[in-house]
Amino acid sequence: MTAASSTKIDYPHSHLLGIEGLSREVISALLDLADGYVALNRRADKKTDLLRGRTQINLFFESSTRTRTSFELAGKRLGADVINMSVASSSIKKGETLIDTAMTLNAMHPDVLVVRHPDSGAAKLLSEKVNCAVINAGDGSHEHPTQALLDALTIRRRRGRIEGLAVAICGDIMHSRVARSNIHLLNTMGARVRLVAPPTLLPVAAERLGVEVFTDMRAGLAGCDIVMMLRLQTERMRGSFVPSVREYFHFHGLDREKLSAARPDALIMHPGPMNRGVEIDSLLADDITRTVILDQVEMGVAVRQACLDVLSRAFPRLDHNEARP
Amino acid sequence: MSDEYIAKPAPKAPPPGRVAYVNARLLDPATGLDAPGALLTEGRRIVDLGPRLFADGGPPEDAELVDCGGHCLAPGLVDMHVHLREPGHEHKETLASGSRAAVAGGVTTMACMPNTDPVIDDIALVHFIERRARETAVARIHPIAAITKGLGGRELTEMGMLAEAGAVAFSDDGLPVHDSMVMRRALSYSTAFGALVIQHAEDPSLSGCGCMNEGEIATRLGLPGIPNASEAIVVERDIRLAEITGGRYHVAHISTREAVAAVRAAKARGLPVTAEAAPHHFALNEVAVGDYRTFAKMAPPLRDEDSRLAIVEGLRDGTIDAIATDHAPHDQDSKRLPFAHAANGIVGLETLLPLALELHHNGSMALLDLLAAMTIRPARLLGLDVGRLAAGAPADLVLFDLDRPWRIDVDALHSKSRNSPFDGRPVQGRALRTVVGGRCVYRRDG
Repeated sequence: MTAASSTKIDYPHSHLLGIEGLSREVISALLDLADGYVALNRRADKKTDLLRGRTQINLFFESSTRTRTSFELAGKRLGADVINMSVASSSIKKGETLIDTAMTLNAMHPDVLVVRHPDSGAAKLLSEKVNCAVINAGDGSHEHPTQALLDALTIRRRRGRIEGLAVAICGDIMHSRVARSNIHLLNTMGARVRLVAPPTLLPVAAERLGVEVFTDMRAGLAGCDIVMMLRLQTERMRGSFVPSVREYFHFHGLDREKLSAARPDALIMHPGPMNRGVEIDSLLADDITRTVILDQVEMGVAVRQACLDVLSRAFPRLDHNEARP
Repeated sequence: MSDEYIAKPAPKAPPPGRVAYVNARLLDPATGLDAPGALLTEGRRIVDLGPRLFADGGPPEDAELVDCGGHCLAPGLVDMHVHLREPGHEHKETLASGSRAAVAGGVTTMACMPNTDPVIDDIALVHFIERRARETAVARIHPIAAITKGLGGRELTEMGMLAEAGAVAFSDDGLPVHDSMVMRRALSYSTAFGALVIQHAEDPSLSGCGCMNEGEIATRLGLPGIPNASEAIVVERDIRLAEITGGRYHVAHISTREAVAAVRAAKARGLPVTAEAAPHHFALNEVAVGDYRTFAKMAPPLRDEDSRLAIVEGLRDGTIDAIATDHAPHDQDSKRLPFAHAANGIVGLETLLPLALELHHNGSMALLDLLAAMTIRPARLLGLDVGRLAAGAPADLVLFDLDRPWRIDVDALHSKSRNSPFDGRPVQGRALRTVVGGRCVYRRDG
């Protein structure tokens, strides 16, 4: 048992499906807990036995390397048995696969399912069908809560606070679950959130989410403390949402010129993987005085350990040999 | 409390005898009658009715006596837009099960949409529906035929022969007729037969992969939205086409303020343009989607509160002619999916009357106007001699308790499917007895 996991925090949910609905206290406590795991992860011996005997299944209906690896490491460092399942998203009816797979896995008595799925609401649907904890590792364009938490931890460790900071989220807001989770989290924690995107990549009624909306990047970045870049999916680059990569980079790619509108010490974040030369200038991406992209990856493991930690308190306790009448 | 059907009689059974309905509140939207009185049927037709009927001498001794207990006796409801899934998807609904759901809700006549498998785009299939309805259904069912072959949106069906065979209207419902030239020709060709052309008004290229109303809620849920303009663009285009062709154009399940305004303006210009609205579009708004509730997924989607109010206003001022359920039964598997992949639509036949009566109980509409939208007006649109209380008219009746409070319970539905967002909703008003062709087909006691 580590110092981190003995922190008493009250997590009043059985799953982690989204940031929307989490209180400021819960978010702060998760970040505090994650801070402890950052320290632990920097030690030579990173292993604890908090989840010993517990089973974690990473159920990924979309390809992902870094998120899945991050969850896998988080589970293993806590002592859980971790299984990865990748389900080809090309199967004819993804939905049927989702429910059927979930029910099958559920019968194997996992303690936590980590789910990524291309459909908004998939994690919620799955959580209604299984009797273990569910962590949403990204559902369609809806939420990606652990990404927002790791972004918040990165910001808090670099800036000492989140409240009062001006954060610009730039790029494909419309299709981004990272943007939605970050908007909810940053608003809850008292940051001022701006969205910067071409109008075709802004969701309708975006301003109703409690943000300021900009279509001009320099105006959007003016005076910002944090610049969060989003990945532009290749299939959206040509013709459908933006006319060309060249035009997109000209108006919405982050380079030194546009960045100069932000505060001189503004941090650059990106959830990865980056499209160099599309949403971010390659040299800028490598400038370790400005970007915290690798910090984000490190924080990711710690945040996921914290999430598993708090959820484990609500893991099934029943011994099924005794519970079944 | 119990309810029951009276089994369908043998095909050669003699017509029912005389039935006297006494102590009723007679409601006939066609004539504006709303008075206490009695009604007499003989065989399959109404013989006489009125406040003075049986005033001297009482009902004939050989007549079966039905004491209405002061409740409302109205023409059986006419639902001009249902999906009965036969042929092709009988596990969701059949003409028989759909008709049982209908009469349990006071509906005695339905027009069923042709998006079955196979599509009703051929006279043999019109005959099939008519025969199956005659043999298995306890309510009247009339087929609507497709506008284009196989709902393909390209080649017109044999509209004249289909109309002769008994198709009461034409629609590609479920899909819009997207091509302007095809729609123009359908409206133009239909004028030779006076046929009604019903459009599922949606611009598919604008709706894209949208699966709920566009707006703040869709944005929060990360679901692609469908803008109001998707419906309005098609309605406005079609009104232009109705104007140059003279065709009778009807908007199915109208859902937006913009489309209601377009229909209102077309009517003001004297164009043969009509519309229907579904109960869910005036009883619910997009908030019902909540946390990805697939029972609140339909096409067109539940709209915002502003459009919901516009539907109520359109019904009140007569811009919207009819209330039709868009009864769309689906099995569990079709709805137990991530929201974007779940099937569109809800069952509606058994919730039509109580949901419509909400508009009466909350003061939005006068009772007779409300009933007109579910009886005489859709009957006239379809060219059917039903939906009225008159000597010589078919004895299709619904006796309902206007005020009875109850809770909608999907497990008690008679439809084969249970996909309703109204489960648990407290409502007022319920069918007590349903009569088709002089014969009681449904009765609820207590």
